[in-house]
Amino acid sequence: MDQIILQILNGLDKGSAYALIALGLTLIFGTLGVVNFAHGALFMLGAFCAVTFSRILSLSHTIIDESKKDFLGNPLKVEVPYVHGWFGEATGQAIIDWSVPLAILFTIPVMIAIGVIMERGLIKHFYKRPHADQILVTFGLAIVLQEIVKYYFGANQIPMNAPQAFFGSFDFGAMIGMDPGAIIYPYWRIIYFCFAAVLVGGVLAFLQFTTFGMVVRAGMADRETVGLLGINIDRRFTIMFGIAAAVAGLAGVMYTPINPPNYHMGMDFLVISFVVVVVGGMGSLPGAILAGLLLGILESFASMRQIIELLPGINQVVIYLAAIVILLTRPRGLMGRKGVMED
Amino acid sequence: MLGLNKKDTFLLFAVAVLVACAPILLNPFPEGSAMAQFNAGYPDLMQRFVIFGIFAVGFNILFGLTGYLSFGHAAFLGAGSYAGVWMLKLLTVNVIPAILISTVVAGLFAVFIGFISLRRSGIYFSILTLAFAQMSFALAASVLTPITGGETGLQTSLDDPRILDGANTSGNIPAPNLFGLEMSDSLQINLAGWLWTFNVGYYLAGVVLLVAFYIAIRIFRSPFGLMLRAIKSNQQRLTYTGINTRPYMLACFVISGMYAGLAGGLMVAMDPLAGAERMQWTASGEVVLMTILGGIGTLIGPVLGAGLIKYFENIFSKINENLLHQWFAFLPDGAEDFVVAIIYPFIGKGWHLTLGLMFMAVIIFLPGGLVELGQRISRKLSRTSGDDQTKSTK
Repeated sequence: MDQIILQILNGLDKGSAYALIALGLTLIFGTLGVVNFAHGALFMLGAFCAVTFSRILSLSHTIIDESKKDFLGNPLKVEVPYVHGWFGEATGQAIIDWSVPLAILFTIPVMIAIGVIMERGLIKHFYKRPHADQILVTFGLAIVLQEIVKYYFGANQIPMNAPQAFFGSFDFGAMIGMDPGAIIYPYWRIIYFCFAAVLVGGVLAFLQFTTFGMVVRAGMADRETVGLLGINIDRRFTIMFGIAAAVAGLAGVMYTPINPPNYHMGMDFLVISFVVVVVGGMGSLPGAILAGLLLGILESFASMRQIIELLPGINQVVIYLAAIVILLTRPRGLMGRKGVMED
Repeated sequence: MLGLNKKDTFLLFAVAVLVACAPILLNPFPEGSAMAQFNAGYPDLMQRFVIFGIFAVGFNILFGLTGYLSFGHAAFLGAGSYAGVWMLKLLTVNVIPAILISTVVAGLFAVFIGFISLRRSGIYFSILTLAFAQMSFALAASVLTPITGGETGLQTSLDDPRILDGANTSGNIPAPNLFGLEMSDSLQINLAGWLWTFNVGYYLAGVVLLVAFYIAIRIFRSPFGLMLRAIKSNQQRLTYTGINTRPYMLACFVISGMYAGLAGGLMVAMDPLAGAERMQWTASGEVVLMTILGGIGTLIGPVLGAGLIKYFENIFSKINENLLHQWFAFLPDGAEDFVVAIIYPFIGKGWHLTLGLMFMAVIIFLPGGLVELGQRISRKLSRTSGDDQTKSTK
């Protein structure tokens, strides 16, 4: 029992990353009808927004501390981040410590801007082209973005830390009345899951309960009619693209303490996210989230020692295997709608 | 000739001449000159041009004719490579059985994957092939280690059985050969500073490329090829007229997979080593890039694309910062640093960036790739020369 709960929890954090990327992909596909192979790159860009932000925060200047001496007897040079000077030492240190969550504030506008520029500058010209062309051009864009990041940040992983308050793990088993020590779970992962839940809920609520969201949903159902009603649907869809980019970026920001960002992390996630979208059903938002979480949990169950002993190598292929089985038995995926991507 | 019309015969002939003269054509700069590093006429690279050319021609038969975008084609290349190395290990170091078996094994693998993947079309097909390729990659790198050598890869060793060969007395691992001619053997001619290397392995691969190219031309011009084009333009209508498209698609997929296996077999014939990374989806992406860059749906395009990408990968990527400073040394100091700083991200280690930009530019402006570029230029030239003629007749 405790093993099962532990594996479900383990699956949730990875699954929520899949779900967030798949949500963005589905939003873009559902609104603009574009298959975006650069979405993994947006996830990666988000992660590097966090890196950039924390580097900006730790920009420092050198001051000479006369009261201390280094080993040669000269006055000690101390690097002091600018934030210390602005907010005082304690607050400044806290800001640096909390750089990953704070990076969210920085990432949202940056990613929305990137998304809007990408849509207006490139994707716009591909609405009338075949899906294969859309896949290929965004694939090319993904390579370009990846290489730019590689040029500026290098090819190595960049470790990022969660705030110190969230270091370590907590005893989840004891909380729900099981033996202490049965289920130990890191804080940051549960925070990631909650964050993903809030983000998904926010996006869905935005679509469901605001006038803007209503218009967008109407546009997804029948773009032409909405256009004929005198609504500038293109502009709304562009904004949705920006939002989808921001969702992917935020997923990347919060994932940095779990998995140190490197330039090709986007591609690694992209392949699985596409499997997630297809399993969930092209164009279905709940399907994408459901499939993301399910596949994440499935993957973590397959990595259990007992199961690997039974079926060696299953942990590496289970997602693809599940995708193949689902696509062959339910051609539209778990919750796919009729008439989407069937031409 | 050979059942081809005049134009195709000319094309095949042109490719044959290019393949035959490549060691000379690709070495335009004398040995030791400053430009010598742009010479691509060394055996290893020329073999890669030809082998990836075969791979891309095969991929183009699938994607170019039917429009089914497979993102898992490298799986067949990998399967072919493994089968080839096993033949070299078990049977004989003669490369003929290895190449044949790798083609057959890749074909069987393609029958299996194609039978399942072709139930769906469009993006679902792409994802299914991708899923299969990633599965093969993951399994080859982990569980199948006894067969595939895992992450270190599979290679020939001294105590392999090689049942058809005589006892090995030399104490070295025998090199792959063709009836005694070793693949790495080459004839070097040094002529007034130009160094030309005529390599056995390269010419074997070149002959195979010509055969593969000839078969591709025949497929393109056959009723079968026409049927595949019909599937691309409107599969639904074809189904309504009572034609079952599945067998055509499967045949096409298998042929395309066999081309990939053939390329894999040639790869291990040149260098008896097969690794799991050959199956990774980035490798599948690379063949897509080659085909698109060269010109999708054209005969010669994929070969050009493969050559271009491999040239970039091996030659362009070697340009480093010092060399750039040398080239732009004629500029004033500040300008030199400025120019180098601007160019540097795009070359050397950053060649992928150039590749990505070039690829995007091709998709956006030149959907027909290099071939379309060539056609546009030649059309423009012929139009201007035509104008001259009309003027002169006036």
